[in-house]
Amino acid sequence: MKTLVVVDHNNNKLDKSTLNTIKAAIQLENVDLLVLSDSCKDICNELINIKNINNIFINENDEFKNQLAEDSANFIAENFKDYTNILFSNTSNGKNIAPRLAGLLDTMIIPDVIEIVDKQTFKRPIYAGNAIATCKSKNKINIITIRATAFEEAEIGDENVGKIQEIGSLTTKNLTKYLNSELTKSERPELTSADIVVSGGRGLGSAENFQILEKLADKLGAAMGASRAAVDAGYVPNDWQVGQTGKIVAPNLYIAVGISGAIQHLAGMKDSKVIIGINKDEEAPIFSISDYGLAEDLFKAVPEMESKLN
Amino acid sequence: MKILVPVKRVVDYNVKVRVKKDETDVELDNVKMSMNPFDEIAVEEALRLKEKGVASEIIAVSIGLPEVQETIRNALAMGADSGIFVNCTSKLEPLSVAKILTSICNKIKPDLVIMGKQAIDDDMNATGQMLSAMLNWGQATFASKLEIQDKKIKVGREIDGGIENIEVNLPAIVTTDLRLNEPRYASLPNIMKAKRKPIDEMKAEDLNIDIEPRLEILKVEEPKSREAGIMVKSVDEMIEKLKNEAKVI
Repeated sequence: MKTLVVVDHNNNKLDKSTLNTIKAAIQLENVDLLVLSDSCKDICNELINIKNINNIFINENDEFKNQLAEDSANFIAENFKDYTNILFSNTSNGKNIAPRLAGLLDTMIIPDVIEIVDKQTFKRPIYAGNAIATCKSKNKINIITIRATAFEEAEIGDENVGKIQEIGSLTTKNLTKYLNSELTKSERPELTSADIVVSGGRGLGSAENFQILEKLADKLGAAMGASRAAVDAGYVPNDWQVGQTGKIVAPNLYIAVGISGAIQHLAGMKDSKVIIGINKDEEAPIFSISDYGLAEDLFKAVPEMESKLN
Repeated sequence: MKILVPVKRVVDYNVKVRVKKDETDVELDNVKMSMNPFDEIAVEEALRLKEKGVASEIIAVSIGLPEVQETIRNALAMGADSGIFVNCTSKLEPLSVAKILTSICNKIKPDLVIMGKQAIDDDMNATGQMLSAMLNWGQATFASKLEIQDKKIKVGREIDGGIENIEVNLPAIVTTDLRLNEPRYASLPNIMKAKRKPIDEMKAEDLNIDIEPRLEILKVEEPKSREAGIMVKSVDEMIEKLKNEAKVI
């Protein structure tokens, strides 16, 4: 039995979710890692001290710079079809590549896994997190994506554990061409790995009003999030969206402001350690899962909170 | 240009889904069913391409029990030209759906397949990518913007941290994200008109495809619930609790 973790990264840095995915993979035994990039060195340096891994396979190729699903999936299918498990983080890269790989290998993907029950049995949320399904796999190869917030991070030691080895060669089919990216520039921490998240909903009423939340977030060193309603209303960019159709977060503190608490949203943040809700409607469902609720006008409460924090 | 739009019949997104007492599935009896919202976005995008004169024909396909023909009729009422109903009584996974769609694509040869990025029942996010793998076509997942130029399609994709723009050779698969468009409602005259549009029927078993499920569902249970905490009376009390009780700031 061999398990491969396909490392998610941006060519410079490891995506932190990979550490959670490796932790999950360790439950399945014999873990090797795969880095596909135009520049593998820095990423390998972050991986080499991780405990309980064997090989770090790399293939350095300019074509991998933009992690196009067609190339990555073909490469993995050609070089790793003798593996029992191939794991990805359930990030936009993982969600793009893993199902394509499953299609190539004629195997049914097991996405968004939150618990590994045994080597063939996995739990995953369905219906926007309203139910949890336990699935037993009859696949010959399990292709799995891991929900990072459901697993701890893999431990990092002092010794160099992973043995770096080059593998394979890519023949690109040029089906797809990368053009460019429009990344949201932000000084704030990354939403899915932030310690504190400040999230706003339709209650904010406009894009301008989100500034009062951003002030609070900056005071706390927090990431900004939003409900789908706020995104749909055009107040904030889509990559702020927390919920079943957006990001899944589990920070130490989640501050939900002007968010009613639709099930769709709760599915994305209910595993946060501490949740506070601020909403003028005291019947809002957000209070039913908040550790601390404050039924007050957000336009009064948020600036007050911001001014009283130091 | 011919566009194929696969549509799935799912529990309506407004329904509060409940787990069955015997924990075998969620309650589906007497529950309102609708077209998967991401598939509605796919139909709408196909219609817009037709209205721009880029597409000439839109075919909606659905696979399952006879009821899924209602979902095809919805797509026809929105404006699709014709439908394909694949009659299938067994339980379907994305892998099987992708295989059936592959066989349909080989038969009708669309230039573009637009489909939802995921269905809101099993939340798999897999069929589009699997289909493109099987057809060896390019894929543009999580589309929030698209434009056809010549034999290529330019797509803005929603990724972690922003938008990625890619260009894919046609034929290609596009999966839709929320912000691509706002689907139209079918007008009454169009609902009437849709009744006369043709739906081709075929049987999944005639396609000679292995559609045996690979995942056995052992159990469907309620997620762990989270207890409600307390209501505080003021911002001062909130800050005090966060600092001294929860110790998170």
